[in-house]
Amino acid sequence: MRNLILALAAATALTVPAKAQEVTVAVTAIVEHPALDAARDGVKEALAEAGYKEGENLTFLYESAQGNPGTAAQIARQFVGEEPSVIVPISTPSAQAVVSSTRDIPVVFTAVSDPLGAQLVKDMEKPGGNVTGISDMSPVADHVALIKEITPDAKSIGFIYNTAEANSVSTLAALKEEAAKAGLEVIESVATKSAEVQGATRALVGRADVLYIPTDNTIVSAFEAAVGVAEEAKLPLFAGDTDSVPRGALAALGFNYFDVGKQTGEVVVRVLKGEAPGDIPVKVAAGTDLVINKTAAEKMGVSFSDAVLSRATRVIE
Amino acid sequence: MLSQIAFWGAVELGLVFAFVAIGVFLTFRVLDFPDLTVDGSFPLGAAVAAVLITTGFNPWLAAAIAMVAGALAGLVTAFLNVRFRILNLLASILTMIALFSVNLRVMGKPNVALINADTMLSPFFGLGLREVYVRPLFVGVLVVIAVILVWRFLESDAGLAMRATGANARMARAQGVDTRRQVYLGLALSNALVALGGALFAQTNGFADVTSGVGTIVVGLAAVIIGETLFGARGILLALIGCIVGSILYRIAIQLALSTDALGLKASDLNLVTAVLVAVALILPHLRRGGARS
Repeated sequence: MRNLILALAAATALTVPAKAQEVTVAVTAIVEHPALDAARDGVKEALAEAGYKEGENLTFLYESAQGNPGTAAQIARQFVGEEPSVIVPISTPSAQAVVSSTRDIPVVFTAVSDPLGAQLVKDMEKPGGNVTGISDMSPVADHVALIKEITPDAKSIGFIYNTAEANSVSTLAALKEEAAKAGLEVIESVATKSAEVQGATRALVGRADVLYIPTDNTIVSAFEAAVGVAEEAKLPLFAGDTDSVPRGALAALGFNYFDVGKQTGEVVVRVLKGEAPGDIPVKVAAGTDLVINKTAAEKMGVSFSDAVLSRATRVIE
Repeated sequence: MLSQIAFWGAVELGLVFAFVAIGVFLTFRVLDFPDLTVDGSFPLGAAVAAVLITTGFNPWLAAAIAMVAGALAGLVTAFLNVRFRILNLLASILTMIALFSVNLRVMGKPNVALINADTMLSPFFGLGLREVYVRPLFVGVLVVIAVILVWRFLESDAGLAMRATGANARMARAQGVDTRRQVYLGLALSNALVALGGALFAQTNGFADVTSGVGTIVVGLAAVIIGETLFGARGILLALIGCIVGSILYRIAIQLALSTDALGLKASDLNLVTAVLVAVALILPHLRRGGARS
């Protein structure tokens, strides 16, 4: 009996150090959609690769605000109150709600295109305080180059977006600049909700030579509606995120949000290992990969050059 | 079950939305005017306050101007309804939709950050009390002041005229009440309060976002109904207090849904929880009445 107690005590003693390394990572996003969900899964994957496994030494919390900033504020307080090791807010409003709720708990934001404008950090190189993260500022110059390469005859780009989305507005400004350099005209079309995407796409038929859909939550949520119009009108449709290519876009050079999540997760791991978030520079997500869709190309009357085909990281048949 | 920060966060948000609840009470209950303008005037208040604060205005003055902007939005709805006889619900939907564009114009972009700005609350943070308590306390004091003012107003002659307009417009006109003026006044007052709620939301949470108006009306209505269920129809002051209590309870219910897995609820069930909450609150009085009859 005494031996049993001793054995139990020894076992308990052995499990204590393992318990001490247990960490809690709390992730929140403003809304659920494929790119943001992929980012979340990427964070989890990076944590797993670094040895933080759910159910063993990692508690992984996740809440979505269902598109409501009021709920985002409540989730932020909820997480801050639970005192996790790190909070990972995905998207601008979620990040602002979290950052304004805590000055102590480490915050690693992701999928925020303009961290300075959103006042999440004061300096990209040396953020200071408890906040750092990964920006997903769109590589617009590369997008314009890709459009030039695949459809060299195009003179104008139709840009479909929701004026209410901060990311899309900043992408539009960058696109206008880059397009002007390349001698292309940008024609805007606005959809403020997913039901308007089809109409907004139709409005560009006959006015634009190619279509370009940025990483706009509203437009991407009704992507198929835009694809339908593009195929009907034989308009090449480019997307800002690679996740939209299997859904019918011709091609996209963008972030794989799973990879963005993984890069974010790697920063989370550095923080978990003891680095101060304020000392980790805010980086723009890397790993732009090219995804092309052969079926869409056929329907939109485009053929890919060998150079594009060989460069593609993924080809949808 | 709830941490201190989560609990007081819910109270704080409930107090911010108490302004919405009082505004909705004025239109829906006092004036009998279903006004959806609030879905636009809440983010309008947030937008106006945030933009003015970032351009260097005093945050109190910014909030006051936000209230004026909200009042103007209410006047537009009243104008459409009174002057052109557009159905009240439709008139308010038109203003709400228009405000979406207006809010984007006001901000110039969809999101204005206030995280590093000096707000109405900043002077109170350095006084020794934890921020977690300062925020609900500050908003709570403002809510109490608003309740007293609205209560005194509704008990005055002018307020009685407004209540008469809502209770029976024809009778009110027969008594010499200019009911059209009451609609203008009521909607302006209601939306000014809602815009103040928006201005406080932006300042307590560090940002104004054009999407923050989504479902404002439902939240306000839920608060009013929860309050009525708890306090019954026993005078104006209790009804106003009911708005505050209802708004706080609503936020605590959401916080519980977020914090516990015990009920098997997920974040994605929040909208359903809200709908059920409002529906139950609406059904309860019927059940009581039914019980009394049998």
